[in-house]
Amino acid sequence: MTPPILEVQRLTMRFGGLTAVSSVTFAAGQGQITALIGPNGAGKTTLFNCVTGFYRPSEGVIRLHKRGVAPTELQRLPGYRIARAGVARTFQNIRLFPGMTALENLLIAQHGRLMAATGWGIGAVLGLSRYPAAEREGVERAKRWLSATNLMDRADDPAGALPYGQQRRLEIARAMCTEPALLCLDEPAAGLNPRESDELARLLLDIRQEGTSILLIEHDMGVVMRISDRVVVLDHGVLIADGSPAEVRGNAKVIAAYLGEDEEEVSA
Amino acid sequence: MAYALQQLINGISLGMIYGLIAVGYTMVYGIIGMINFAHGDVFMIGAFLSLIGLVLLSMGGVMGGPAALILVLLVSVALTGLYGWAIERIAYRPLRGSFRLAPLISAIGLSIVLQNFVQVSQGARVKPMETLVRGGIEVMREDGFVVQLAYTQMLIIGVTLAVLAVFTVLVTRTPLGRAMRACEQDRKMASLLGIDTDKTISLTFVIGAALAAVAGTMYLLRYGVIDFYIGFLAGVKAFTAAVLGGIGSLPGAVLGGLLIGLIETFWSAYFSVQYKDVAAFSILVLTLIFLPTGLLGRQEVEKV
Amino acid sequence: MKPASALPAALKDALIAAAVSAAIFIPLVALRTDVGPTGALTLRTRWPEAALLVGLVFLGRLALVLWTGRRGLRASTAPGPWTQRLQQAGRLAAPAFLALALVLPAIPGVDRYWLDLGILVLTYVMLGWGLNIVVGLAGLLDLGYVAFYAVGAYSYALLAQEFGLSFWVCLPLAGLFAAFWGVLLGFPVLRLRGDYLAIVTLAFGEIIRVVLINWVSLTGGPNGISGIPRPSFFGLPFSMAGGEGTFAGFFGLEPSPSHRVIFLYYLILGLALLTNWVTIRLRRQPLGRAWEALREDEIACRALGINVTTTKLSAFALGAMFGGFAGAFFATRQAFVSPESFTFIESAIILAIVVLGGLGSQIGVAVAALVLIGGTEVFRDLQEWRMLVFGGAMVLIMVLRPRGLVGTRTPSIALGKKRAIGGDLVGEGRG
Repeated sequence: MTPPILEVQRLTMRFGGLTAVSSVTFAAGQGQITALIGPNGAGKTTLFNCVTGFYRPSEGVIRLHKRGVAPTELQRLPGYRIARAGVARTFQNIRLFPGMTALENLLIAQHGRLMAATGWGIGAVLGLSRYPAAEREGVERAKRWLSATNLMDRADDPAGALPYGQQRRLEIARAMCTEPALLCLDEPAAGLNPRESDELARLLLDIRQEGTSILLIEHDMGVVMRISDRVVVLDHGVLIADGSPAEVRGNAKVIAAYLGEDEEEVSA
Repeated sequence: MAYALQQLINGISLGMIYGLIAVGYTMVYGIIGMINFAHGDVFMIGAFLSLIGLVLLSMGGVMGGPAALILVLLVSVALTGLYGWAIERIAYRPLRGSFRLAPLISAIGLSIVLQNFVQVSQGARVKPMETLVRGGIEVMREDGFVVQLAYTQMLIIGVTLAVLAVFTVLVTRTPLGRAMRACEQDRKMASLLGIDTDKTISLTFVIGAALAAVAGTMYLLRYGVIDFYIGFLAGVKAFTAAVLGGIGSLPGAVLGGLLIGLIETFWSAYFSVQYKDVAAFSILVLTLIFLPTGLLGRQEVEKV
Repeated sequence: MKPASALPAALKDALIAAAVSAAIFIPLVALRTDVGPTGALTLRTRWPEAALLVGLVFLGRLALVLWTGRRGLRASTAPGPWTQRLQQAGRLAAPAFLALALVLPAIPGVDRYWLDLGILVLTYVMLGWGLNIVVGLAGLLDLGYVAFYAVGAYSYALLAQEFGLSFWVCLPLAGLFAAFWGVLLGFPVLRLRGDYLAIVTLAFGEIIRVVLINWVSLTGGPNGISGIPRPSFFGLPFSMAGGEGTFAGFFGLEPSPSHRVIFLYYLILGLALLTNWVTIRLRRQPLGRAWEALREDEIACRALGINVTTTKLSAFALGAMFGGFAGAFFATRQAFVSPESFTFIESAIILAIVVLGGLGSQIGVAVAALVLIGGTEVFRDLQEWRMLVFGGAMVLIMVLRPRGLVGTRTPSIALGKKRAIGGDLVGEGRG
């Protein structure tokens, strides 16, 4: 049996006296979409930031099993190494490079690979390296994701000038250009209209189809229940349920956690 | 021992001056999130206005005297406050909410203007002023070394404490102070709640400039020599003090000022006078690296 | 507001402005203090000057209010006529400028004065382009750039004097030294943000200057270092004596002092163009794109696997290196260096050139250097008023065009046609 793509073991994150995430253990399956849900303040984003290297967890292990390489313990890597290890992310409040074009955004995502082709900068300035070929390849990869996210005609527009829904898609395309093994999405459907949510769901299923595993935080239960293979529920920093969408939906603890807050959404 | 005590006295009185200037930096930074680059020059203007006032009085036959000093101080404070107001109107207000570097450059430009304006109008030569307040009290005597607390130092410490007391009441107990703190927390919300944020920001600049004028006057009385360039160094050191104390924190600014004054004085007394500025700047660099929020500053958590 | 009712309001507004300016100007302008013969300060009144100033403020404010309405001057980030013209003309203007710069020494009527002015302007163009890498591309606010200029100048002076190395050996060494200092200073401070970084770099600039003043045994203290060897034309010295082994002698020319000036002119032109070429090349490559991405959003960069520290350091070091080259050139041109040349005001001027030109814009920086440095040189007769005008121009340009003369950004790559990106979208960096 293949190991899960991501293993989180007894992860704890404390800020001063506040424990935001307390001894959470779960795994995200290889080639699956795993959703992380929970009421506001449950610790989802904190956990997410630990996985993607923005916080260093107080305790616990986060292990990435990328195919064909030895398992990596993410909590030991400096922040910028996480992406190179194979984890890409998007942000709840979109973080594109607004003054750069969509294409430039996607090329920056390929920084590591392109940079290596420049001979650490010096070679390419002198025109000596294999950089032009590498850049052509990078542009091709960017084009592939631009068409996958239906943004081809906006390639030369500044990212900051795109409408909201397109910015969301561009951010996913940018994350995919790092060629991750695990794609982490922080509320990708937030602020999207129903039609855009549908497109997003299809895009995520396509990404899974291509072999990239997905971990997402999402409040839109419609999207979560439709596309997730597995749902992990947090409440007050503690894991309260972990299972298939159907199992989680019927879980009494989950219903109690959401009661009075998002009850309708859970039953939706 | 006696030598160290003397340095302590000197350091505290110098530190009070830095503290007064630092309060102006920290207030402006707190409310608009920007360094007022012309603030050091405001201090210099304050010193010059007092100098002119004192010379004017002495030519009119009035020499020294507490009443004359107070009069000159008040006029200098009022006029320097006007400079603070003008700086905000010219270099900051038109650029509010714009590109962040723009007000920085316009303030540097204004700092150049102020320096050169004084250079052109008052001449480039240093202005020595005759000592108005002489003597002091002997604190102790040890092996022939006399520790003296000069009257000017007492004046500096007394005036600074009094001004800071008034200022603290102003910030904590008055509607203006509440408006300032509200603007500091969230300017948009404050303006939605009916606070005139433009006026509040203007007044912040005015009060900061007024405190700098007090500092300038004290500097003039204590050191007796000023020129158009004194604002730069004093400004950078006062800013260092504000950062050391934790920018945005008013008690921090005074504490930082005292520390910078003490470090500079002791460094000059025990190591080398030439490198005293290096000592102050090194403290700035070290503080920012190891203690980015300063001694009394609030911790900021990086939001992702 | 109808013009009929606008006039009284404008008059009132102008009167207030005049009253404020009276309070501001009268004490400092009308009451001039001087050191009298006895050593005591005396007072001299200058009422007409003060009245003139107040009157000017009144009229100026009145005209302004009547012209623009009570809002006064408004900042504009939209590409104005200036920008568009510069942009449209950009493709033509850049080669035109370059061509003019190349043939300048050959133009009849261009004498020593103009060449010296050209050298001065080009030095600032080069410094501006160097700092543009740090501030304009990477978005790191550096207020102590002059420190690297100083390191380059002193390294050159000491290497050339103590070891007798030739210009072509010292120049790269001076650049490397400056880059080394850039890394050394940059490493601890580059995680600071925005204004903090600005003030720390300012402090470093001052520390270096104070050390230069006080380390007398190495730097000569306030007296500086004089008698720095002049550059030679690849081993051929410029000498008025002429003869075998000199520049004039080798090429069979009449010995002339202008040979050296022309050589220096082309030298700084070459160095500036080198800076420009490297910057333009790098901007189209991953390193340059990463700099700009850092300016836009540092956190996103980290999530994409960009090592923020080394990327910032590379910008800092490269900017410092070009500053060092410029410093070496300065030293060899003046044959004399002293701490006085490396004050904070120099840093402020270079930064002003970058910001006024338009962050990240190569042509904007060149135009700003030409206007600011050339302009103030032309007004040399104003003497001490010169810096006053300079500072005032800085304020005015910023207020009118906060994004600088060229406020737009050109994409580094495009599938179709490259279209300029409006300044309001382009980030300015947080650190």
